[in-house]
Amino acid sequence: MKYTTEKNSWYLSAFEKFEQSLNGESASRLHTLRRSALERFNSLGFPTTRHEEWRFTNISPILKTNFRPVLNPTAEGLSRKDVGQFAFGTRHLLVFVNGFFSGDLSTLDELPGDAYCGSLATAVKSDHPVLRQHLAQYATYDDNAFSALNTAFLRDGAFIYVPDGIVMDDSVHLLFIAAGKDHALISPRNLIVVGKNSQVSIVESYVSLATSSYLTNVLTEIVVGDHSVIEHDKLQNERRDAFHIASIHALQGTQTNLISNSISIGGSLVRNNVTSVLDAEGSECTLNGLALATGTQLIDNHTTIDHAKPRCVSHELYKSILDGKSRGVFNGKIFVRKDAQKTDAKQTNKTLLLSEDATIDTKPQLEIFADDVKCTHGATVGQLDAEQIFYLRSRGIDDTTARDILTFAFASDVVSRVHVDPLREQLEALVHSRLDQGRTLQD
Amino acid sequence: MLEIKNLHASVNGNEILNGINLNVKAGEVHAIMGPNGSGKSTLAQLLAGRDTYSVSQGGVTYEGKDLLDMDPEERAREGLFLAFQYPVEIPGVSNTYFLKAALNAIRKHKGLEELDAVEFLQLVKQRMKLVDMDETLLNRPVNEGFSGGEKKRNEIFHMAVLEPKLAILDETDSGLDIDALRIVADGVNKLRRRDNAIIVVTHYQRLLNYIVPDFVHVLVDGRIVKSGGKELALQLEEKGYDWVKDEAGKAAVQA
Ligand SMILES: Nc1ncnc2c1ncn2[C@@H]1O[C@H](COP(=O)(O)OP(=O)(O)OP(=O)(O)O)[C@@H](O)[C@H]1O
Ligand SMILES: [Mg+2]
Repeated sequence: MKYTTEKNSWYLSAFEKFEQSLNGESASRLHTLRRSALERFNSLGFPTTRHEEWRFTNISPILKTNFRPVLNPTAEGLSRKDVGQFAFGTRHLLVFVNGFFSGDLSTLDELPGDAYCGSLATAVKSDHPVLRQHLAQYATYDDNAFSALNTAFLRDGAFIYVPDGIVMDDSVHLLFIAAGKDHALISPRNLIVVGKNSQVSIVESYVSLATSSYLTNVLTEIVVGDHSVIEHDKLQNERRDAFHIASIHALQGTQTNLISNSISIGGSLVRNNVTSVLDAEGSECTLNGLALATGTQLIDNHTTIDHAKPRCVSHELYKSILDGKSRGVFNGKIFVRKDAQKTDAKQTNKTLLLSEDATIDTKPQLEIFADDVKCTHGATVGQLDAEQIFYLRSRGIDDTTARDILTFAFASDVVSRVHVDPLREQLEALVHSRLDQGRTLQD
Repeated sequence: MLEIKNLHASVNGNEILNGINLNVKAGEVHAIMGPNGSGKSTLAQLLAGRDTYSVSQGGVTYEGKDLLDMDPEERAREGLFLAFQYPVEIPGVSNTYFLKAALNAIRKHKGLEELDAVEFLQLVKQRMKLVDMDETLLNRPVNEGFSGGEKKRNEIFHMAVLEPKLAILDETDSGLDIDALRIVADGVNKLRRRDNAIIVVTHYQRLLNYIVPDFVHVLVDGRIVKSGGKELALQLEEKGYDWVKDEAGKAAVQA
């Protein structure tokens, strides 16, 4: 409790400074939103393990440092060369440094029609009509202090708009780089709006060139227009002492298809919230996730699928591979509202424990108010299978390699669901090197 | 090549092998028959290096070395191969990926250069024909969703690629239809050489019509109670195991 009030006041006074720097803008509609979010943040305070939503995840390590909100764009002396290692060759690469869009580091190809891929701040300045309708309409911050804090410091991030009837032939990569030595609070705010009959793949990746710990507190809102298809892939691969809190909030229209793949590898304490509201008939939602943790990392995945209307389908596969003294959390909520007859929901959660000290807390949470539905969920926690290891070894493969092959197979079950080919290849290489690294740390 | 001397082994305190003696020389084919639960698979798995069994007495020499002292992968690299009675499914690992890793580990051990993707594929295509294996099984995860027969065929396919010195086939014939049995047995025969040996564990004489053994051993209650030539298999087929058991019992009483 002591922490909570202290920290509030740190961020409250940081907000005051932020306001002063805004000058004229402080009377804007957006700033009214920020202010009410700040008020909400103040009354909520940071969550403790007494909050049901944070039962297994104690955020007190985050409260030990006064993270400084980044209020203005800073290039931090980064060059395109620094960025190259994180790119995977898409024609639309949007680079954000400490949450702010960098035109110099980005590669923007021509876009069809009225499509927009770029800085949210720029779109706010030009009063983009789509923003007015959609910004901050989906992710509520009423009961989430981190969402409130993100909204209070809402400044920049990605704004993607795909109008009706457009199939984007290449994926859009949003690359978030943390840089500097300032113990930054980085608050990107992303809005993805896709019209009717359109299709796009969007990749968010979070990486570090920073030389100190920092806190990423990001919020992404996604609107899927009728008959549209979105793949959203997220990679979190930040410094081992970075904190990462992220929420994705999607709203799906009629006969839409949303695929979300979330891969978490880095960070010290990571929390992902993925929420999709199936708000119209005949939609489909697929949420996949993979957490790879070792040392003392904690990776917490919370998902919510809200079946609000009839005849929607959801599939969910979340996996964790935990080594060392790491901890995993999975909480999968599925709501089936009274109207949502003929819902078909399937949730699977699997954990592979590679060490005796690693732990997982897993909790399916199904709340079903309709009667004609099919909902299944299953969770397994286990070690590598001794018979499989023996089979591989009996054909000449050494014990370590056998374990690596089986662990990688467990992971690739999720990674293979990423349809963006070059990203998937990059992810496979990452998982491989991460497993090697984990073993060296273990030895 | 292989010398098993007075081998006693147990699981969780239950004695399963009660003093096995067996000598296998290069070029020979040995058949091991015996009732369910007599310890055939235990022996096969133990030879391959499964560590769930503890050896209380006796030992095994393989090419002059203490076999029980070697890791399973070491045994494989030294030319030992077990075709499992129940091959395990490995989701997420493709059959070819696995086989390539295995072959290259063995080649590396022998001081041979590792095969690249192209060379490996050539070898695989050629060996696949030997057991008439369906190409689609190559890229599927190891044994996952394979039918009983496909699993057995895949084991022999692995054997054909890895070219072991000593192959132990644990009931490779069960689950195979008549045509498959002939094809698989033909494949095994093509792999027979002067310098390698095969131990065939089976319940059925019909396999031994194709893979003709030099010796047939009957394993009962963890002991080889009778050994003979290929005609012994015919006698067993005709009379069952009881007469061997009776004979062994009488011999034990007399002793
Ligand atoms: N892990 C174990 N725990 C307990 N008992 C075991 C274990 N493994 C084997 N056994 C027992 O040892 C005995 C021999 O088993 P084994 O599998 O070697 O028989 P088998 O001769 O191969 O039989 P089958 O012809 O049915 O394949 C059986 O009674 C079996 O139940
Ligand atoms: Mg058996």
